[in-house]
Amino acid sequence: MRWFLGFWRSYRLRLLRKRWRIRALRKSRELTVVQNRTAAIRKGDILVFSTFRNEDVRLPHFLKYYRDLGVNHFVMVDNASDDGGRDYLAAQPDVSLWTTPASYKRARFGVDWLNWLQRRHGDGHWCLVVDPDELLVYPFCDTRPLRALTDWLDASSIKSFGAMLLDMYPKGPLDQTPYTRADDPLSIACWFDAGNYAISRNHRFGNLWIQGGPRSRMFFADQPWRAPALNKIPLVKWDSSYTYVSSTHMLLPRGLNLVYDEWGGEKASGVLLHTKFLDTFTVKAAEELTRRQHYAASHEYRAYAARLRDNPDLWCKWSEKYINWRQLEILGLMSKGNWA
Amino acid sequence: MTVGIIMLVHNALDRAEQVIRHWVAGGCPVVVHVDAPVDRATYQRFRTALDDMPQVRFSARFRCEWGTWGIVAASQAAAETMLAAFPQVRHVYLASGSCMPLRPVKELICYLDARPQTDFIESATTADVPWTVGGLSGERFTLRFPFSWKRQRFLFDRSVEWQRRLGYRRPTPPGIVPHMGSQWWCLTRRTLSAILTDPRRAALDRYFRHVWIPDESYFQTLARLYAQTIESRSLTLSKFDFQGKPHIFYDDHLQLLRRSDCFVARKIWPRADRLYQTFLGDPAGAMKGAEPNPGKIDRLFAKAVERRTRGRPGLYMQSRFPNEGWENGVTSSPYSVFQGFAELFQDFESWLGRATGARVHGHLFAPTGAEFEGRQQTFSGALSSNPALRDYHAQMFLRNLIWNTRGEHQCFQFGPGDSQFISWDLAKDPNAQISVISGAWAIPLFQTNRNFADLRTEAARLQKIESEHLKALRSPYAKARVRIWTLADFIEVPMEALQTVVDEIGTKGLRRLAEAPRMVDLTGFGQFLQSLKNQGMHPYLMGDFPADPAPANAEPPKRKPYLVK
Repeated sequence: MRWFLGFWRSYRLRLLRKRWRIRALRKSRELTVVQNRTAAIRKGDILVFSTFRNEDVRLPHFLKYYRDLGVNHFVMVDNASDDGGRDYLAAQPDVSLWTTPASYKRARFGVDWLNWLQRRHGDGHWCLVVDPDELLVYPFCDTRPLRALTDWLDASSIKSFGAMLLDMYPKGPLDQTPYTRADDPLSIACWFDAGNYAISRNHRFGNLWIQGGPRSRMFFADQPWRAPALNKIPLVKWDSSYTYVSSTHMLLPRGLNLVYDEWGGEKASGVLLHTKFLDTFTVKAAEELTRRQHYAASHEYRAYAARLRDNPDLWCKWSEKYINWRQLEILGLMSKGNWA
Repeated sequence: MTVGIIMLVHNALDRAEQVIRHWVAGGCPVVVHVDAPVDRATYQRFRTALDDMPQVRFSARFRCEWGTWGIVAASQAAAETMLAAFPQVRHVYLASGSCMPLRPVKELICYLDARPQTDFIESATTADVPWTVGGLSGERFTLRFPFSWKRQRFLFDRSVEWQRRLGYRRPTPPGIVPHMGSQWWCLTRRTLSAILTDPRRAALDRYFRHVWIPDESYFQTLARLYAQTIESRSLTLSKFDFQGKPHIFYDDHLQLLRRSDCFVARKIWPRADRLYQTFLGDPAGAMKGAEPNPGKIDRLFAKAVERRTRGRPGLYMQSRFPNEGWENGVTSSPYSVFQGFAELFQDFESWLGRATGARVHGHLFAPTGAEFEGRQQTFSGALSSNPALRDYHAQMFLRNLIWNTRGEHQCFQFGPGDSQFISWDLAKDPNAQISVISGAWAIPLFQTNRNFADLRTEAARLQKIESEHLKALRSPYAKARVRIWTLADFIEVPMEALQTVVDEIGTKGLRRLAEAPRMVDLTGFGQFLQSLKNQGMHPYLMGDFPADPAPANAEPPKRKPYLVK
């Protein structure tokens, strides 16, 4: 009977995966190509997939950061930006760009679009799915390029690499230091919460569910179950049969979600530094609230708007100032695993 | 006399070429074996690139899949070529394309010249080696392995299982004692040619062809038959992790490799430009003299393996989420929980802080929010005092608190008035030192001026909660260090009890307590309990409290506090 239940569950997840794949195919019709340079992608290249809306100020630093890590090509989806970011990207030699005016929410927050593009262009490549405000930090990232990590993962027969979202924030009110285009956002938002994360297991998909950090502390203290999920699996050796289920929080087949060790050991993992909380955030939050394009009836943005009116300081006496990956490793936010 | 290098290559051919040129420049002939799956065009390009080197030969190509016979066959063929083509070779060194000489080739030659009869090959009997991938050591030599471990794991495992079940055993050829060791050896011409020209070679090859991972046992076993002097160690620095896959060296290992004094290291990441530049570039950059001393590297990799297999105790994070029972410590360090002390003593928190130097919190699980030391809104790691956040995942709240304050000893108050989600977790945590004065929750009730009917309900509620908690503490699953006194017992000998508790925290060295905390005035408390009884409630957790104060000079019998472990 147990055997049968296991089989039944796998089968249902399989159907679910097929469903998301068909949906991605359907949603792909919403995409219009702006600049397709995917012919330049070589075997073994590392690719970044990203969807964005009005992130022009962040794009230059975003591209530079990932180019420096050794990313070879960027596949981007522009969701109706009107700030010139689209033209900027279209002119970049290593960017392929699609655009769509369609609903972000109806494309399951961009997942359908990217699932499709990854299926088309990501097969057999290490694919990194990140937003323009997310910067990947992995063990030894200051001395070893991303390729060293993916080679090691390949050699270890590991197909997916977890990197938890770590919310970074400035000291003082959000709009105190304005962010200028191409700056390093970490020079402003360089503080984080070191140890207030709640973790539980999602038995259906096998992933961990992590909540906490400043967003939970400041915006969701009274309804913590609504706090946004921080677990992410952004780096995957992609196969065209894979699909992301909900943002990059979890994937199917579910074996890819097992980026944690259950027997007391630590697997290697990284951190996505989330630089959402800059002065641009206040404007963005107000805008997103009227667009109503975000997760769970935009609860997140409603909570932000409610608090942002009094211009809060996310910083507290126990906030930690970001130094490097080793610091995050010592604090237990990420791990080297057996990579030495 | 010189050293001949056999090099097994399967990818990163440009790097292999670089290393080959380095060996040849140092005066070592090289025989190259290129893995059969490498396509013809690539192979041809590689050969032509090395055309200008008469000291380089190519041997017949085999398919070298991990754990199979191919690697041995390749080494045999290459060794034969080497011995036939280069008569000046006395030692033959087996290396791979990702091996890199760390010391000048001259030094290796001198080192081997000084030990002309010595074979360097790690070789130990199967009973004595810990490195056994897949749990197979002796069985490598007695079972058959028709399936690939890498590609057909399921079939591999089933076939092993069935052979075990059926009691199948292959006979070992007479005179053979299976030995295992690192596949990277350096053998003398004498030993190697004896192995290759053994009249029984055909039979031995047939046997080893079906041994699992023969490259770790073929030469290791046969060398024992012919060698004069065996140094059972590999000259190649090669470290394996817990899955039996070699650790890789990167640019940031440069200093470590320099100080290792090893002759050859493996495996080098092909894109580690700085390593290749340093060790193959200028001979001055390489290191000098001394016996190989890989201790530091050993420690580094041993630590990495431990991190992967054991992890950091008490840490719950995105890539470590142990199942129950596998935590290797639910929390990261010892902490103390006090129940009833803050009720009985007026200034218990500040007194405890002074007496022990530990961090003393109030009721961390109070319904109004966590009472951190100094009643801060947030605490170490930006933990919030918000009760909803805390109770959302009380377990993680406690684990986080203890993890965030590594190096300090945490103390906090607990009681039946607090949220009880954590009750069983405390009881089951070996790091918890729990001291309970049962029934002390009645003291604040006794001191308030509330309606007696309310007090009676409240007392009944608290007593029920505390008795549930005590049940957890006394259950066979409890692993915490638990001390339970009834209130009546405790106030008989308060100092003795406090001393025990403070000694256990042990932060300030063992000293007698100089200062006692101030106990609240309990005059009339017995009467209060009697009133509760008269109202039909039965307060029993505080022990036998006489309704009338006891005569001053009648000493009641002392009871030792008991320890539940």
